[in-house]
Amino acid sequence: MSELLLNIQNERLSFFTPAGEVKALNDVTIQMKEGDVLGIVGESGSGKSVTAYSIMQLLPHTGRVVGGTIEFNGHKINEMSEKEMQAIRGNEVSIIFQDPMTSLNPVYTIGNQIREVIMLHTKKNRKEANERAIELLTLVGINEPAKRLKQYPHELSGGMRQRVMIAIALACEPKLLIADEPTTALDVTIQAQILELMMELKDKIGMSIIMITHDLGIVANMCQKIAVMYAGKIVEYGTVDDIFYNPQHEYTKGLLRSIPKLNDTEHKKLVPIEGTPVDLLNPPKGCPFAPRCNSCMKICLNKMPEYTEVNEGHISACWLLQKKEFEQGGK
Amino acid sequence: MGKYVAKRVLTSILTIWLVATITFLLMYLVPGGPFLAEKAPSAATLEALNKRFGLDQPKIVQYKNYMLNLLKGEMGESIKQRGRMVEDIIFSGFKVSARLGGMAILVAVFIGVPLGCIAAFNRGKWLDNLILFLSTLGIAIPGFVVSTVLMVIFSVKLDLLPTYGLTSFAHYIMPVSALAFYPTAYISRLMRSSMLEVLGQDYIRTARSKGLPQFKMIFKHALRNAILPVVTYLGPLLAYTLTGSVVVEKIFTIPGLGNEFISSIINRDYTMIMGTTIFLATLLIIMNMLVDIAYKIIDPRIKFK
Amino acid sequence: MNNKNKLTFHLDVSDFLPAAEEEKQSLAVMRESVSFWRDGLRRFKRNKLAMASFVVIILVLLFAFVGPAVYPYSYEQQIRGSENLAPLEYSAQELARIESGESVFPHFLGTDGHGRDTMVRLMMGSRISLLVGIIASALILVIGSLYGTIAGYFGGRVDMVMMRIVDIIYTVPDILIIILLMVTLKYPMKNLAENVPGFEWINTIGVGLICIFIVFSLLYWVGMARIVRSQILTVKEQEYVTAARALGASHSRIIRKHLLTNVMGTLIVTTTLQIPSAIFTESFLSFLGIGVAAPMPSLGSMAAIAIDGIYTYPYRLLAPAVMISLIILSFNLLGDGLRDAFDPKLKN
Repeated sequence: MSELLLNIQNERLSFFTPAGEVKALNDVTIQMKEGDVLGIVGESGSGKSVTAYSIMQLLPHTGRVVGGTIEFNGHKINEMSEKEMQAIRGNEVSIIFQDPMTSLNPVYTIGNQIREVIMLHTKKNRKEANERAIELLTLVGINEPAKRLKQYPHELSGGMRQRVMIAIALACEPKLLIADEPTTALDVTIQAQILELMMELKDKIGMSIIMITHDLGIVANMCQKIAVMYAGKIVEYGTVDDIFYNPQHEYTKGLLRSIPKLNDTEHKKLVPIEGTPVDLLNPPKGCPFAPRCNSCMKICLNKMPEYTEVNEGHISACWLLQKKEFEQGGK
Repeated sequence: MGKYVAKRVLTSILTIWLVATITFLLMYLVPGGPFLAEKAPSAATLEALNKRFGLDQPKIVQYKNYMLNLLKGEMGESIKQRGRMVEDIIFSGFKVSARLGGMAILVAVFIGVPLGCIAAFNRGKWLDNLILFLSTLGIAIPGFVVSTVLMVIFSVKLDLLPTYGLTSFAHYIMPVSALAFYPTAYISRLMRSSMLEVLGQDYIRTARSKGLPQFKMIFKHALRNAILPVVTYLGPLLAYTLTGSVVVEKIFTIPGLGNEFISSIINRDYTMIMGTTIFLATLLIIMNMLVDIAYKIIDPRIKFK
Repeated sequence: MNNKNKLTFHLDVSDFLPAAEEEKQSLAVMRESVSFWRDGLRRFKRNKLAMASFVVIILVLLFAFVGPAVYPYSYEQQIRGSENLAPLEYSAQELARIESGESVFPHFLGTDGHGRDTMVRLMMGSRISLLVGIIASALILVIGSLYGTIAGYFGGRVDMVMMRIVDIIYTVPDILIIILLMVTLKYPMKNLAENVPGFEWINTIGVGLICIFIVFSLLYWVGMARIVRSQILTVKEQEYVTAARALGASHSRIIRKHLLTNVMGTLIVTTTLQIPSAIFTESFLSFLGIGVAAPMPSLGSMAAIAIDGIYTYPYRLLAPAVMISLIILSFNLLGDGLRDAFDPKLKN
């Protein structure tokens, strides 16, 4: 167990708001080794970002882990203080966010914001940090790096800003990079470039990546393992092939059905998933996806399904699978 | 950038000229002239007075003369305080008022900004509610109420502080406090909402994700962005201080410009009224212009428009 | 992570039957859709502070408008022998009358130097302040909305010119103009009142007040105009968008209705917050002696007069001071409460 870079066991997390307790994460388990690329897929509110943020203790103070453990790189994250977390953030684990325009401080130069993280975690002085910053900008494919250092965020294009964010995230060569929908706010062409860049850098630096997205297309290319989340629960987990060629959960199947495929010969209808998302203030006692599921059974509405192992490393939480096993006499 | 400054300077000059002209028109179009209210002076005295103050000339000539003199900084002789030039009276009064106003502004900024930040960081807790409550009071209660209440408490009942004049440090405490009451409340509210907005921004989250300690996040990243609206407020703040000082000077009997202004109004000292109005308006317009320019310098986003 | 499938609980085969549509629907979350006004009203009622200030305002309105009608003394009535009474004190003559069996209504707040009952003067002063506040705000609302609507609706050159004018007016210092006007208009006004029939009311209201109204009409509407104009521009934008989608008249009606409620919301809040600022200006000017004319009392002038006697009769200062603070504070809190309730953007 100790070679695991990241070991989240049965994490439960809630936001304590004036309206009540919003149960954002319900029994989430994730394990990653060094060099893994994990994709977390789900819609807004599924808990994918929350899971990642909880690794860095980056949630607002209303969000608290109410169960389970989070271990990262030998640190017991649950038990660490804010000061201890500050030493890891930006250093052993970094994150890049969705909107590069708002994620950079508009009143400081690019150089200032890159140097900041370098001088925070290393013993470099300003000159050395500057040199390192230029190195990083070159690494992420920004031309005229010395000039860029003196510029302000609003002077750069969206794609360049995201590259700067990546440069900042990689400055201290973290073991884990969390990418929270890094390309959603960018043009499709830039999207491809950024993703390519990330894969390149992963190999160069030897880091692991968690890619959070609602776009199945992205995970197909980049990730080895995929976790599909819905309403704070991992409903299916497996390798890329498992998920794309042998999806077991109705939600996963629904997601796949709703993407247009380039090689469709007939005019296939895009099938959206009907229904509305779950109210996390009053989560149902059964499977959260039940009301929207075409194969919903009575038991689905009343009891939370347990995980069924479909294959080695491929699991899904669905009563249909349990039913199949039940009919086959159980394991 | 240079273009913007030039544009602002020109508009300011235009507005100043406009105010001066309006003032002149109002003053000199009053039928009967400035001496009508006095105990019916004899025809000869009236003629002599009119001559002395140049009121026997046609209006256009008066206007031209007045404008030209203005450019030289001369505002004529005071009608009631014969022998004293208006610009001298303004200057001596302004020295006092400026000191008072300056101190009040400093107090307002150096107490208001931290209070607003503290409220923002403790959002929803008792400290925030307390500061919000106090600042709401401060905004609502008119200046003269604050001044008089302070006077009742500290001079009448407790006999701690003097009630008039400005001869010692103790004399400054009440007037400055009274004057600073409203702006402190306003600035703390402004700072609070600005800081709350900034704290919710993505770049603060980025700063946190880098591992920055709390205080650095606040002082480096949050403060500089949050203080921008307060900078914008400095213009109106000055305007308020001018008007507010009128009340404070009257109540605490301070020989400042505000007090002079009110006296000149009650005494119908027209040259004094004109001179003071134009002086104050010019001051305000210039300050607003400077603040606008300063804002553009602080916020690099706007530089490149 | 791999929970082996263990049948540790009793399973009923019927549990695995497909679930009916209604069963699924019952779990679907339906938030009741309320109308904008009812939703806002509900939020407003929850705001205790705003509700409290609303009640206070109602009480003050009663105090100011109904009070003097039922109060036995009138504001300009000078009672000989009853000068400078302390609260609830009786003068020698009044005591004598009580002895002889007459009932004399007490002076709850005493009397001033001319023997006028302070309480009823407080009522009248509040009435003046409230009237000024409401009328001035109404003026600002009408002028500002008209101006802003025209500028926003016509757009282009018209809009640009109108907005330039607004910018210039914004830079003119208002208090100075008020004072100037007051000084210059005093004599012409007095002349009008005394010599031209039909203008006698000028004297009762006072030149000061008239000047305040003039200045408010000339200068203070610009803020309102800007707000209304930006709302009109938003409406226009929406209309273009739907026109592009060519969905027919019903849509534009919906949009107009929806956006109109937004505009109304902002207008109500802005006007409510305008009232205390107008009252503030009036009391400030009256305090300086250039507002409402005697014998009509204003909270500001009452405070000014009371300063001289501050050592002996502090309550004479405190009464108008507290009153004016209460009025301004309540309106501010009410406006804040309305804004929190009706401005959807601030939903936290």
